[in-house]
Amino acid sequence: MNNNAFEPKIVAFLCNWCAYTGADLAGTSRIQYPPNVRIIRVMCSGSVDPTYVLKPLLDGVDGVLIGGCHPGDCHYQSGNYKARRRIIALKQILKSAGFDDDRVWLRWISASEGGRFAETVTKMTEFLKEKGPNPMRREWAV
Amino acid sequence: MESQPRIGVYVCHCGTNIAAMVDVEQVAEFAATLPHVVVARDYLYMCSDPGQTLIKQDIQEQQLTRVVVAACSPSMHEPTFRGATREGGINPYFMQMINIREQCSWVHTDREKATQKAKALVASAVAKAALLEPLEDREVGVTPGAVVIGGGVAGMIAALDVADAGFPVYLVEKSDHLGGHVADLNRVFPTLESAKELIEPLIKRVQTHPHVTVLLNSQVTGLEGYVGNFELQVTNSKSEGPNPKLSVGSIIIATGYDIFDPRRKPELGYGQYPNVITSLEMEHRLATGDLTVDGRSPQNVAFIQCVGSRDAQVGNLYCSRVCCMYTAKQSRLVRELLPQARVTVFFIDVRVFGKGGEEFYDETRAKRVRYRRGSVSEIYQRDGRVVLVGEDTLLSRPIEFEADLVVLAVGMEPRADTATLSTLFKLPRSADGFFMESHPKLRPVDTVVDGVFLAGCCQGPKDIPDTVAQAKAAASSALIPLILGTVPVESATAVVDADLCAGCGMCVDVCPFGAPALDPLWGVSRVNAVLCKGCGACAAACPSKAIQMQRFTPEQIMAQVDALME
Repeated sequence: MNNNAFEPKIVAFLCNWCAYTGADLAGTSRIQYPPNVRIIRVMCSGSVDPTYVLKPLLDGVDGVLIGGCHPGDCHYQSGNYKARRRIIALKQILKSAGFDDDRVWLRWISASEGGRFAETVTKMTEFLKEKGPNPMRREWAV
Repeated sequence: MESQPRIGVYVCHCGTNIAAMVDVEQVAEFAATLPHVVVARDYLYMCSDPGQTLIKQDIQEQQLTRVVVAACSPSMHEPTFRGATREGGINPYFMQMINIREQCSWVHTDREKATQKAKALVASAVAKAALLEPLEDREVGVTPGAVVIGGGVAGMIAALDVADAGFPVYLVEKSDHLGGHVADLNRVFPTLESAKELIEPLIKRVQTHPHVTVLLNSQVTGLEGYVGNFELQVTNSKSEGPNPKLSVGSIIIATGYDIFDPRRKPELGYGQYPNVITSLEMEHRLATGDLTVDGRSPQNVAFIQCVGSRDAQVGNLYCSRVCCMYTAKQSRLVRELLPQARVTVFFIDVRVFGKGGEEFYDETRAKRVRYRRGSVSEIYQRDGRVVLVGEDTLLSRPIEFEADLVVLAVGMEPRADTATLSTLFKLPRSADGFFMESHPKLRPVDTVVDGVFLAGCCQGPKDIPDTVAQAKAAASSALIPLILGTVPVESATAVVDADLCAGCGMCVDVCPFGAPALDPLWGVSRVNAVLCKGCGACAAACPSKAIQMQRFTPEQIMAQVDALME
């Protein structure tokens, strides 16, 4: 497959209080970013079960983004720290199973960082374009 | 057991906000083919009365059991559509919103791809909607009282209104006195009344009000909680003692502005030539009546407007909204003090839009203050006087103008500490750097943080009447939760399937709120719904998936993921 024609598909789990609101702000500020991301709202990054990340990867999504509040800013005090530990552990498991752990990105994006959200999606899309499709990918149209 | 769900899908055009970049008709047609969807419509404004009526009618006529609204962010209209769903006769939590405006049409430029994305998002929302469970509304009590940050006119007026309604108010002021910038002024436009006479009774009322606690030399350095129950950490720069923690239901930010420093325009010679002064320094001179330069009365006084405003070079594209009026005021007062002097105002445009403004400006010109449309690009010194060099933009001719006193009408800027507060309160700022209101027209004092409101110049430049109006608006909005006494809280909580629970206590360990506890008799976890804030950390930690977050169950999330993949 020609990498230029390859459009990566990204599933993003964004916490309601920071990252999702940051993505809203990117919208109200009309900051453009690639349409490759599909957002699923969760209440807290700490609620992202590892299976939520594994499932899309096994089904062939090219990248999974988890967006939470900056350290110290969690609406639920410590959910983002839980997410951090959980995603580190998950990446270890992915690696040991022969997967690329860099398809999973955990990023802190505050409610006032619309630009940072758009930038993250842009960078991740470019990174995944460079990296190429998830080997688990089924054939689907983007 | 419920039979198959019957889903209605409503795709909003939002005027052209969505429809211009997303083919909403195509999205609705696509939605109609999704499992369990019995009706799919697109409509100009779903949030309008007729839009909501569509939903209500369909629920009744088509026996809908689930509703999906593809429109703006749920932070905007989730309550609206839950209300419509309830009025239609089914549980409001059977409504699922999906954001195809902020997170689709507004951020993409390829209509085909944006439409494709909108379809995928609608499919994921339909998949989730089919699995939604009914929930009950829940609410918690409100801590009566408010914190107002900033002791200028905006902060004092807001504090007094909240206090007059009978609620305790903490007024947190960074400096050692109340009054803000107005305390530094001489007379105010267009009435020419003394600023002192305006502000001093206000300060006195604040200081003696039984419900207002003034905290001087103080700054908010920490924030916890949410609307109805905030806890603020306040640090006093002068006191060694323990710093107070303030518990309140709502917060008003009235931190004001900084004055533009004209040293950032070195070509105007401020700080270099003693006869170039700022408008604020002119206020002090007018207050004392001493306008002399080097012991002589100036014969030629020039005012330069828009210093630091409407100026791409310094990064301030906005109009500061007060300089035209205070220049008209100062030039007239100079004219009265120095009847023989020439008084000239250099302007780009004259914007005197407030009540009585145009009349005041006309009178000022009638009193022989000369207005000259021109931009001054440089000031240099010659024989103890200064020479203004620029262009007369009406005549398209160069200007060289000698003056012995020049007043720079400096504009307003966001306070230097705006970034710190923005991080602390998670408040976005608009492109001009001031705090951003929730909606430029309909929610001018609200912020994206529930229970936090804006008053005065921290939101953008404004004059005293506008500041007072906004402060009163902020106070009235801040009073709503205080008067109601309760605020709605997350209805979805964690629930335990006792048959699956092994009683390991993992959920008890991860919960910061102490909501789950092990039942000593049964050896399983039980969730205290009053304490549960609905974050879902326990559900992610549970090794046997016995504890689940309502509205965000693994089954629902997996269904969303699956739908996105197709």
